[in-house]
Amino acid sequence: SLQDGKVIVWDSFTTNKEHAVTMPCTWVMACAYAPSGCAIACGGLDNKCSVYPLTFDKNESMAAKKKSVAMHTNYLSACSFTNSDMQILTASGDGTCALWDVESGQLLQSFHGHGADVLCLDLAPSETGNTFVSGGCDKKSMVWDMRSGQCVQAFETHESDVNSVRYYPSGDAFASGSDDATCRLYDLRADREVAIYSKESIIFGASSVDFSLSGRLLFAGYNDYTINVWDVLKGARVSILFGHENRVSTLRVSPDGTAFCSGSWDHTLRV
Amino acid sequence: MERVVVSMQDPDQGVKMRSQRLLITVIPHAVTGSDVVEWLIQKYCISEEEALHLGALLVRHGYLYALREPHSPGLQLDETLYRFQTPYFWTSTLWPAAELDYAIYLAKKNIRKQGALVDHEKEHYDQLHRKINHTWDLVVMQAREQLRAAKQRRKGDRLVIACQEQTYWLVNRPPPGVPSVLEQGPERGSCMARRVQMTKNTDFYKQEIECCTKALGRIRVKSSVCLEAYLKFSSQHGPHDPIMSGCLPSNPWITDDDTYWAMNAPNVAVPTKLRVERWGFSFRELLEDPVGRAHFMDFLRKEFSAENLSFWEACEELRHGGQAQIPALVDSVYQQFLAPGAVRWVNIDSQTMEQTLEGLRQPHRYVLDDAQLHIYMLMKKDSYPRFLKSDTYKGLLAEAMILPETKRRVFPFMWKPRHSSLSPALPPASASVEPAATAGGPGGADGEA
Repeated sequence: SLQDGKVIVWDSFTTNKEHAVTMPCTWVMACAYAPSGCAIACGGLDNKCSVYPLTFDKNESMAAKKKSVAMHTNYLSACSFTNSDMQILTASGDGTCALWDVESGQLLQSFHGHGADVLCLDLAPSETGNTFVSGGCDKKSMVWDMRSGQCVQAFETHESDVNSVRYYPSGDAFASGSDDATCRLYDLRADREVAIYSKESIIFGASSVDFSLSGRLLFAGYNDYTINVWDVLKGARVSILFGHENRVSTLRVSPDGTAFCSGSWDHTLRV
Repeated sequence: MERVVVSMQDPDQGVKMRSQRLLITVIPHAVTGSDVVEWLIQKYCISEEEALHLGALLVRHGYLYALREPHSPGLQLDETLYRFQTPYFWTSTLWPAAELDYAIYLAKKNIRKQGALVDHEKEHYDQLHRKINHTWDLVVMQAREQLRAAKQRRKGDRLVIACQEQTYWLVNRPPPGVPSVLEQGPERGSCMARRVQMTKNTDFYKQEIECCTKALGRIRVKSSVCLEAYLKFSSQHGPHDPIMSGCLPSNPWITDDDTYWAMNAPNVAVPTKLRVERWGFSFRELLEDPVGRAHFMDFLRKEFSAENLSFWEACEELRHGGQAQIPALVDSVYQQFLAPGAVRWVNIDSQTMEQTLEGLRQPHRYVLDDAQLHIYMLMKKDSYPRFLKSDTYKGLLAEAMILPETKRRVFPFMWKPRHSSLSPALPPASASVEPAATAGGPGGADGEA
């Protein structure tokens, strides 16, 4: 998703653009793939989350089949499908998260508790429960129960906006990246922060974090155009990656763990 | 950044500063690019590449400026001299760079050296002239006055002040093609104004008390135990992590050979050895893998308890399904699995069964949660361990594929970098052929951008 109001679906291996949709707002800040791979969801300054079914038929316009699912009172900062194509979880600048039924657009549950804009969310890879974690401008990361809408746990040790949260692959912990130039690891069972990933020479905020498949490495993209790779267990930096010519705004490891991709304000995506 | 810059100027611990001669004038407190880089390397224990990068950022944000004209981006490692920007002009002062000030600056530049304005500056100049035409006399007067006052200062000071101003405007009015470092993205906290009005009344404090009480009552596990769990998890999954341990036959992103993906497709006929091993790590891994789940289902059929897994799958469908399908799904689950005498009756303990049947009167998404959990635990504690010990599983491990490693291409630097291409999916462009390369370096991305 780009700031000029377009959402593009790429084939990352061949670098072909498979689909492109124009959005009515300037900043598209969130996008997500449906688990089946048959639809995408996106949203931004239009305060909505729209779902587009993907079609390979050149004659069909994707925009025509668009479905407006979520409605917030401020910008949409993050969205994610739950385990199926039929429910979507959103986070918004209005300080709330919400769970929606895609088919009807009905609000199934809303989550109140953040004192400021919610910037990110991630679903827990859990076998039985349904929880997710969200991070916001109030410096807090909060874990929610999707069924009851209640906040189960909250962590407030960052010194600035929490830009990104991501669960450790086992689901027992999560990492967060913040404008205070640190990433931190919080354990859910111990109910506290257990590690800080920071270095004096890193003075710009971390915009996006993700774990490698085994959880041993933490990749974090920063506003100083670099990506730092941290050893999760030792707390030390393993490597720094240069290449982007502007802020790294987002970063994700591929589901099979073979590579990770970073997106930046320099108009490129790099694998 | 300011913290860094301040410590760099520390008289004892900071960067070595010297007075430099620039033609006939002497400029005090100047530093060279390499001095800065060296200081950064020493102070923060970083590599030269990183120090250069950080130095370049300081220049780009206007905290360091070169005394030479024209100003080039980044930190030069030659004898180019730099000085630290005066705090008056720091970006953190957040003074809005007013149009009027910019006009005065451009006017001064214009007067001082006729026609020395760069293209984009000329454009701005004309624009401003049109916009604030009514006060243009004031602008020119101010400009002349400032120039006159400057002439009374020493040549060295004049040069420094001119450079400081120029740097300030380079940051606040970047030339075309240079991204503005002041760009912050969409405004955050715009709802703060509303939030502040949220009164801290009794309700708010009652909620806080409730939260804290809950937190106090929570059972916590010792951190050391949790950390050991990470060690165990990471070492167990380490060999399965392509970035940590590589993958066989090879990582498609490096060798352009996508055999790895073909061999690990979701519903491949013969799974790889690593994959079958993963099923033994946890019940969740087994269920999440469609091939694993299918084999587990076969195993359960032999044990005549396949209805458990089917029930669990139906419950998952209910939990994650569309809102409109709930009543129908609940009913079908009841008929198949819970009704007395049902064809695939699941064995739940009487208490849970009673509660579930009670809840079915008002079906909702989570009505089967308790029953589902019970069956899940049953499978996990009972059937799953037996599956792992069974001949079926052992047979799968033995027959599983182990792929030989394909040698990396002899000359890795001959790997052709891929650039993003135009696509037919976009609306038809003009007939002219555009160059294919847009982004530098390997491009492309996952569906999430």
